[in-house]
Amino acid sequence: MALSGVEIFKLLPKTNCKKCGHPTCLAFAMKLAQRQATLDSCPDVSEEAKRILGEASAPPVRPITLGAGDKAMKMGEETVLFRHEKKFVNPCAFAVEVKDTMSEAEIGTIVDGVLNSEIERVGQRLRVDAIFVNNASSDAGTFEGAVKAIAAKAPGVSLILGTGNAAAAEAALKIVGDKKPILYGANASNAEALAGLAKNYKVTLGVAAKGLGELTDLTEKIKGLGVEDMVIDGGARTAKEILEQNTFIRRAAVKKNVKSVGYPVITFAQRDDRMLELLLGMLGVAKYASIVVMNSIERWKNLALFTLRQNIYTDPQVPMQVEQKIYKIGEPSPESPLLITTNFSLTYFIVSGEIENSKVPCRLAVLDSEGLSVLTGWAAGKFTASKIAAFLQESGIENEIKNKELIIPGYVAILSGAIEEKLPGWKVTVGPREANGLPAFLKAR
Amino acid sequence: MAFAAPKETYSGKVYEVTIGTEGAARIGGENVLPFHAFEGNVPNRPLVAYEVQDVAPEDWPDMVKKPYAAVSADPVKWAQYCQNELKAKAITLRLVGTHPDRDNRSPEDAAKTVKDVLAAIKVPLIILGSNHVEKDSAVLVAVAEAAKGKNCVIGKAQEANYKTIAAAAMANDHKLIAMSELDINLSKQLNILITQMGFDKEKILTDPMSSALGYGLEYTYSVMERIRLAALTQNDVTMQQPMLADVGFYAWKVKEAQASEADLPIGGSLEERSIAWEVTTAGALMMAGAELLIMRHPEAVKAVEKFIDELM
Repeated sequence: MALSGVEIFKLLPKTNCKKCGHPTCLAFAMKLAQRQATLDSCPDVSEEAKRILGEASAPPVRPITLGAGDKAMKMGEETVLFRHEKKFVNPCAFAVEVKDTMSEAEIGTIVDGVLNSEIERVGQRLRVDAIFVNNASSDAGTFEGAVKAIAAKAPGVSLILGTGNAAAAEAALKIVGDKKPILYGANASNAEALAGLAKNYKVTLGVAAKGLGELTDLTEKIKGLGVEDMVIDGGARTAKEILEQNTFIRRAAVKKNVKSVGYPVITFAQRDDRMLELLLGMLGVAKYASIVVMNSIERWKNLALFTLRQNIYTDPQVPMQVEQKIYKIGEPSPESPLLITTNFSLTYFIVSGEIENSKVPCRLAVLDSEGLSVLTGWAAGKFTASKIAAFLQESGIENEIKNKELIIPGYVAILSGAIEEKLPGWKVTVGPREANGLPAFLKAR
Repeated sequence: MAFAAPKETYSGKVYEVTIGTEGAARIGGENVLPFHAFEGNVPNRPLVAYEVQDVAPEDWPDMVKKPYAAVSADPVKWAQYCQNELKAKAITLRLVGTHPDRDNRSPEDAAKTVKDVLAAIKVPLIILGSNHVEKDSAVLVAVAEAAKGKNCVIGKAQEANYKTIAAAAMANDHKLIAMSELDINLSKQLNILITQMGFDKEKILTDPMSSALGYGLEYTYSVMERIRLAALTQNDVTMQQPMLADVGFYAWKVKEAQASEADLPIGGSLEERSIAWEVTTAGALMMAGAELLIMRHPEAVKAVEKFIDELM
């Protein structure tokens, strides 16, 4: 549990030396409690205080990183149960399972699917993040062969090595141990051996238990063996069990500061029925999984899950925004209409969707209104004639179009005169108030 | 060391609401967050109602028009098909043809359609207007009267027209949907206004307004979650109504549910993608607290029902 300012104050030197940049130790303690300062600014703090404060200030869900390089993903660090309280911090990773008993061709197809899964949506690059290699053969050589083949084909993709067999694990770690894979499969019978490997290769250990009691025993034992970085699996496989275990784990970590379950959760959502698998994946995204493992990664399923993850992990205090620029819809010619709207993502989606429905190729200028919709943006002074004029002038759009005509949303008809004043030579046309009027409006021109 | 499960106890409870007569269905009644049977009672599963319209669904995408092509010209046949062939547990009749921009059908026409549909089915009926504020006042009053004695759900009452619609639902002993626009305070306020008319607070369903996956789902999701937390943890009696998610209406409007594979190569197969959009929207809103879901595609309903089976 986080300490209060006064509790922290008791642990500080109480010299009011100001070396930390704060007028008094109490003021510094208050900043520490709000996590607006860090303890290292105090030169005189005791080792004992460091230990106590370090433990108390550690996030309730331990941060770990899966993979290396530009595709590495941070997990954990979550502090709340519901997204309206505070942003969910690190989006969960999607992983697809490959069994080492599959043929080379089958494995190749799945790996290709991962490599080709990247898309861009609302300014974010999204992809299937990892491959879970399952040592289904229980054979070390077979596992090593599969890992080698995958690593050769997809060197940048993060791996989760699913094996409880220490020999198989070591063979795989010799190949990919430097790429920060997760070694998943530690249980009561192999904990020492796998913890030893995780320490040697400095990788995160995935702990697989049957039930949360056994899970707690295992994580404590493994921590005692010197492994700090873990992801945990309490054995839940049905939707009912996943909801229950993931809820208890998150609650225990966040509200009760139970360290033995304060780790990112790996959720196995595999189903042969692909729509059902999608729903299990949905459950993992909504309810506290840091890694969701699936059987298949068809594009339709990826798109739905990527989009859901964006929705759930977006900051509830900050509206989703798209980049300020002039978007082309269809293949506009120099004669095509130019419209303008704000960069609130919902506004952008709805307006661009209706323009697409009209089948009239257009240019859509999207002005950075700090994520406000048209009327709110206008009222807040973020969608004004001078900002619109400056944006269009700086964009160089004048050189790309023949008719200098700008179509503005009907709700801000009041801006038309002021824009014409600030953009000499331009004609401003007032468009419909609601986006759903755009197809009729554009077709009628 | 044993793990001490951090169970919560909640002070409030969602009202249990019965819909229909002969083949009545019950929703709500739980005293825990959605599907949290591990720490309380969840007596009823969420109810999925198939959507049927009074006019042929010309504006629906082909992918969801197709399953109903043989029956959708006639609301009675359509409703019977959903009940008998698709085993619908409830039907929603959306009177979209009454909208002035559609067929501008009269309240009397709408009342007749409602009577015909009610005579043809046994499962509970949810009756929705066209979401035209003025027209709905007239239409929903007429249909509430026509459906007297059938314990239907009438909606949607909004801030601008709730008085006439609530009065009609009350006079004819129906349940009422109260819809507000994505704001927990507006939702609470509308429930209070309606109960101040003498309407039983335990006969209201709350619709905080749905949105589709990728198009504002996060707002509906959090408003629903907050309403449910207020009901359970603060025992707020004006927020304990079961919640409605009008899923199909929103999910089938967006690009991802319509664009061909050529137009949206990153989305893969249109058939699965479009169904997935309805499925994911429904699933997420159920996790946030929706108990009555209005859906369109039979495959989407099937997937959601299987998921509920696994959760209960």
